[in-house]
Amino acid sequence: MQPILEIDALSKTYAGGFTALDSVSLDIAQGEILALLGPNGAGKTTLISTVCGITQPTSGHVSVGGFDTVRDYRKARELIGLVPQEINLEPFEKVINTVRFSRGLFGKRRDDAFLEKILRQLSLWDKKDNRIMTLSGGMKRRVLIAKALSHEPRVLFLDEPTAGVDVELRRDMWDVVRTLKEDGVTIILTTHYLEEAEAIADRVGVIDKGKILLVEETAALMKRMGQKEMRIELRNPIASVPESLSAYNLRLEGEGCRLVYSYDRQAARTGIGRLLRDMQDADLHVADVETKQSSLEDIFVGLVAKGEAA
Amino acid sequence: MNFTAILAIYRFEMARTFRTIAQSIISPVLSTALYFIVFGTAIGSRIEQVEGVSYGAFIVPGLIMLTVLTQSISNASFGIYFPKFIGTVYELLSAPASFLEITAGYVLAAATKALMIGLIILATAFFFVDITIAHPGWMLAFLVLTCLSFSLFGFIIGIWAQNFEQLQLIPLLAVTPLVFLGGAFYSISMLPPAWQSISLFNPVVYLVSGFRWSFFDTADVALGWSVLAIVGFTLACVLTIGWIFRTGWRLRA
Repeated sequence: MQPILEIDALSKTYAGGFTALDSVSLDIAQGEILALLGPNGAGKTTLISTVCGITQPTSGHVSVGGFDTVRDYRKARELIGLVPQEINLEPFEKVINTVRFSRGLFGKRRDDAFLEKILRQLSLWDKKDNRIMTLSGGMKRRVLIAKALSHEPRVLFLDEPTAGVDVELRRDMWDVVRTLKEDGVTIILTTHYLEEAEAIADRVGVIDKGKILLVEETAALMKRMGQKEMRIELRNPIASVPESLSAYNLRLEGEGCRLVYSYDRQAARTGIGRLLRDMQDADLHVADVETKQSSLEDIFVGLVAKGEAA
Repeated sequence: MNFTAILAIYRFEMARTFRTIAQSIISPVLSTALYFIVFGTAIGSRIEQVEGVSYGAFIVPGLIMLTVLTQSISNASFGIYFPKFIGTVYELLSAPASFLEITAGYVLAAATKALMIGLIILATAFFFVDITIAHPGWMLAFLVLTCLSFSLFGFIIGIWAQNFEQLQLIPLLAVTPLVFLGGAFYSISMLPPAWQSISLFNPVVYLVSGFRWSFFDTADVALGWSVLAIVGFTLACVLTIGWIFRTGWRLRA
């Protein structure tokens, strides 16, 4: 099946010489949720802006639904919805009017029943006649989402949609994203909340210094790179790891009170049983044991650090 | 052609006009009425006729032009500058709409508002002076073309401006002096010969002259030059805006 979004060797160098995107290539399938992770200034927003037509690329091609974003920009853009990172809204306008405006701007005829559905879905219906300046930050972010959805896009870009949003609203937004996915909408989101990507994304892309470092299915990534750690609290502190345990590559922490053992959870033999037996033989008494799964954040930090070292 | 987008922008901008009705319409009408009282009735009664027309009536076309020009520029420049200022311009740039459609939406709204004000001022003038319109069709054509061309010019200023100060710079430092020195309150034939020649470099002279001709059948310059000036100015603005959208100057990174 042809991807709904195809990015081919996309580069962007600004007038000052700064390269924000360096030959980025990426295919995204219809109905997929892709989380784009990267530190500040990595190129996430530039990538989104270039695909949406806000920023002009230096080279490369983008097509949405098979339509080139330059040659067939009308057809390509009709398919795209964008929720920007900043809360950019006309403060004096009413919620319903600004959403109607967005729908009209994207060439869709007025459909108040559809807009009511969106506003209700985003818990904005009772605020529809409120001026935007009277809304809270979270509500304004919902209005941005309503505007982006008003013309029924097939590809939705969410540029840090939950930044500065409370937990309840964040969960509501995740629900909206899941509902959109069920309707076949493709979603590309950038986020700093890695648990968000871990929870809702089908694939994760990591970008840094304008280059895509990795794109992989979230579950496979976690499986491949996800390490598990066992932290063993010792009853009595030790000065160094005993020679008999050197094969386990243990880390001594907590002023000699804790041994940390890293292992692959998917491996046939984790070595935990043998380690505990060898510790007993070495006369080390265990006070407590705790295990910890590597988060996407750990993986992300590791990847970026590796990219910087290369 | 994305007519729905043009209509959406037009409605959005007109809604702003009606939301700020006092600032949008009442204020320019009031200030123009004051011009009529001061220049038309108080001072004008002591001035003899100009080219066979009472001074009060003579300044009506100039006053309408003064207001229409400044309103067209300020409406259109604010219309496009405000989305740039608050960041909502991203929506225009990512919409499936061409530069022509986006410009049409903003310029038609700005021109409509300026035209409304121009017609209201004309109606107000009937309360102060005795006035007849010799060529009503030409009068309307000049008014509409002036609203459109200066709204296009205002649109360019709005894109060029990077802060509110710049937004006011050209209207204050260039347009207002050009209108005042363009024969809004006098005939350039009243000037010494040297100043008459210099005035011919002022494009507003041609607009005011043509517009005044449509009222009183007398003009400072030939009608053809007035028509050519306004059509040429409109085309120059359209070409400039086309270039801006093609290159993304001051719009796209």
